[in-house]
Amino acid sequence: MSTLSVFKIYPQNPCFRLWSLSLSVSKAQGSSSLNTRSDSGSDGSDCPEPLSLTRDNCTVRITVFQLKMSGHKLLFSGLKFWTPGSNKWINRLHDGVKRSGTVSFSSGNPKVCIVGSGPAGFYTAQHLIKARQDVEVDIYERLPVPFGLVRFGVAPDHPEVKNVINTFTQTANHSRCSFYGNVNVGKDVSVEELQQAYHAVVLSYGAEGNRSMGVPGEDLAGVYSAKDFVGWYNGLPSCRELSPDLSCETAVVLGQGNVALDVARILLCPLDILKSTDITQLALEALAESKVRRVLIVGRRGPVQVACTIKELREMVNLPDTRPEMVAADFEGVQEAVNDLPRPRKRLTELMLKTAMEVPGEKEQERRKKASRVWGFRFFRSPVEVLSDPDHKRTAGIRLAINMLEGSGESARAVLTGEVEDVTCGLVISSIGYKSLPIDASVPFDSHRAIVPNIMGRVQQATGLYCSGWLKTGPTGVIATTMNNSFDTARSVVEDMDSRRLDVSAGKPGSQSISALLDERGVKPVLFSDWEKIDALETRRGEAIGKPREKLLTVEEMLLEARK
Amino acid sequence: MAASAAVRSSMGLTLRLSRVIPDCSTCPFHRLKSCVGIVANSLRNRSFDNFQTINRHLQTSIGLYHSEEGTSGAEDSDDVVNVVYVDRSGKRIPIKAKVGDNVLYLAHKHGIELEGACEASLACSTCQVYVSPAHYDKLPEPDEREDDMLDMAPMLQENSRLGCQITLTPELEGMELTLPKVTRNFYVDGHVPKPH
Repeated sequence: MSTLSVFKIYPQNPCFRLWSLSLSVSKAQGSSSLNTRSDSGSDGSDCPEPLSLTRDNCTVRITVFQLKMSGHKLLFSGLKFWTPGSNKWINRLHDGVKRSGTVSFSSGNPKVCIVGSGPAGFYTAQHLIKARQDVEVDIYERLPVPFGLVRFGVAPDHPEVKNVINTFTQTANHSRCSFYGNVNVGKDVSVEELQQAYHAVVLSYGAEGNRSMGVPGEDLAGVYSAKDFVGWYNGLPSCRELSPDLSCETAVVLGQGNVALDVARILLCPLDILKSTDITQLALEALAESKVRRVLIVGRRGPVQVACTIKELREMVNLPDTRPEMVAADFEGVQEAVNDLPRPRKRLTELMLKTAMEVPGEKEQERRKKASRVWGFRFFRSPVEVLSDPDHKRTAGIRLAINMLEGSGESARAVLTGEVEDVTCGLVISSIGYKSLPIDASVPFDSHRAIVPNIMGRVQQATGLYCSGWLKTGPTGVIATTMNNSFDTARSVVEDMDSRRLDVSAGKPGSQSISALLDERGVKPVLFSDWEKIDALETRRGEAIGKPREKLLTVEEMLLEARK
Repeated sequence: MAASAAVRSSMGLTLRLSRVIPDCSTCPFHRLKSCVGIVANSLRNRSFDNFQTINRHLQTSIGLYHSEEGTSGAEDSDDVVNVVYVDRSGKRIPIKAKVGDNVLYLAHKHGIELEGACEASLACSTCQVYVSPAHYDKLPEPDEREDDMLDMAPMLQENSRLGCQITLTPELEGMELTLPKVTRNFYVDGHVPKPH
């Protein structure tokens, strides 16, 4: 007599999901356990693949049909078991599936949980799945929608960068990867609970805080953090209500990194360009009414120390209907130093010099003359105080301290000269860096450096706990940097499994027990197939108005669509 | 709800279609499976027009499939270009490729772990490779956009190029493409390495 154990049923799941299949076949002489899985081809092929396994004189032939579809990750239409003992086909699982609608199985495989579904989370998952054929990865995300800063950080006019979503989607659709959105780790479920349920927990929740200037007046109306401003135009639910006041002519952006340049570019970008991007309609309407015509991008140090990369600078230089406005004195001595710089810094500085100092060609002169908007770098300046209007309500300007440099090159330090300068402006956006926040008291956190202290992604003094992405290195670097650093963490996890430093011999319940916990606490996770419903709706909405996507702006709307 | 029901039923149809073909890897029908895969894909594309992203994705992979078909032959010896990938662990992987092959997609086709996050649209530097010096000089000069991206590449070297921008030509016979080494030690204390 053969029996089939179905380990867990998820009634809330609208589609059949088969991660891995674990069958217990009880026989007269005892019981043996068979583990198999339905692996999708790396190319995501949709061909039915038969899996055959033989163990303990018991042959099990399983035909698993996989279909990767929106909302229908896996379907299997027939499962047949044949045992020599009873000499007959058993079709029970098929019936079981029909009855319950959904089944999921647990297995004795190593289970890894990833907290955060941004690039760091997905790249870590991708490498884990590739590096070991048995690892099962569950990705938890606070929002109902995946991809973190690729969705909420990358500028809307950089759609090519978002192509990486295709790779992440492939990872999420892998049979050994699951996505659980709408789960707030640290609140809905603790890190300790995750550690009990999984062999390894990788924290990759990024840097959601921002460094503050710590100057008087930074709470005035008209002062925003770049994090919120970017979240606002990118549709981050928590920033929907920001409604920044764009009624002034001059805006000051503090900081000269790529985020600062993104903000400056969006503020000055012609609407015709923006309206065919996935910028939110709310932001688009506000920008259409914007009176901002001049954006000053302020940095503590000099042209040789700017933090932005050349692509973003070149986009500013070429932005239609704008002209640069630089201060020639800031570039003293730069020309002489440029040849000794390393290549990326050299090309960046050369472009800046060309923009600031060279007399442009006739065509460019013509373009600059016609331009209605202005942008410029202001170097050697630190914010001292945000100045208010006479009513003490609104921003009217900013007082900047004038610095000089001590030392040279990347390590040069800005030192106050004691002089100050006031700039009239009605909008101040501080873009001086993101900051990771601690998630749970049980996780070590270096609050000085705002990272989780780690060695190659292994959290110190916490076996089975890892970190990747900005939480591991601090909030710098482009997607390639995050990719490398996430692969490195995944390598550490795999090494630890291989070397038995991480004991994966005992089975862990993984998402089973976490799902049960969440169910108890009234939290309903959003699965990847649910996200695909949101995705489809957003795409449809976008199409209607000539945009690649019109994002849903509230968690409620997202959940509503996910549960349809 | 109605849409999803329709989806489900049409998928059932596809399923049944697929099931006509025996699932045995040794029998001659096995080769037909890939055809069925394509039929199923196109069927599905028609049935699920409202799932745009997925469609786009599927079409991408079909496109890739065709291009791979087009390049996998390499029968004509005039067209063959032998290249060697050196992966991150230092393993050499010789590949008999064809004139016109793209270094990024060639790597994908042979299971070499070269990422292409932006899908060859010059918006990232994840497909960076080091080109053997003798062949580096034979490549057309990188355009400005590629150079801009290379400037952001971790572990940039003099002979760095983006794989997605290299198309194989007969002069590139014997080219070695080295994937940047594992970068582990750099990130121990949150330090980000300065590019060369």
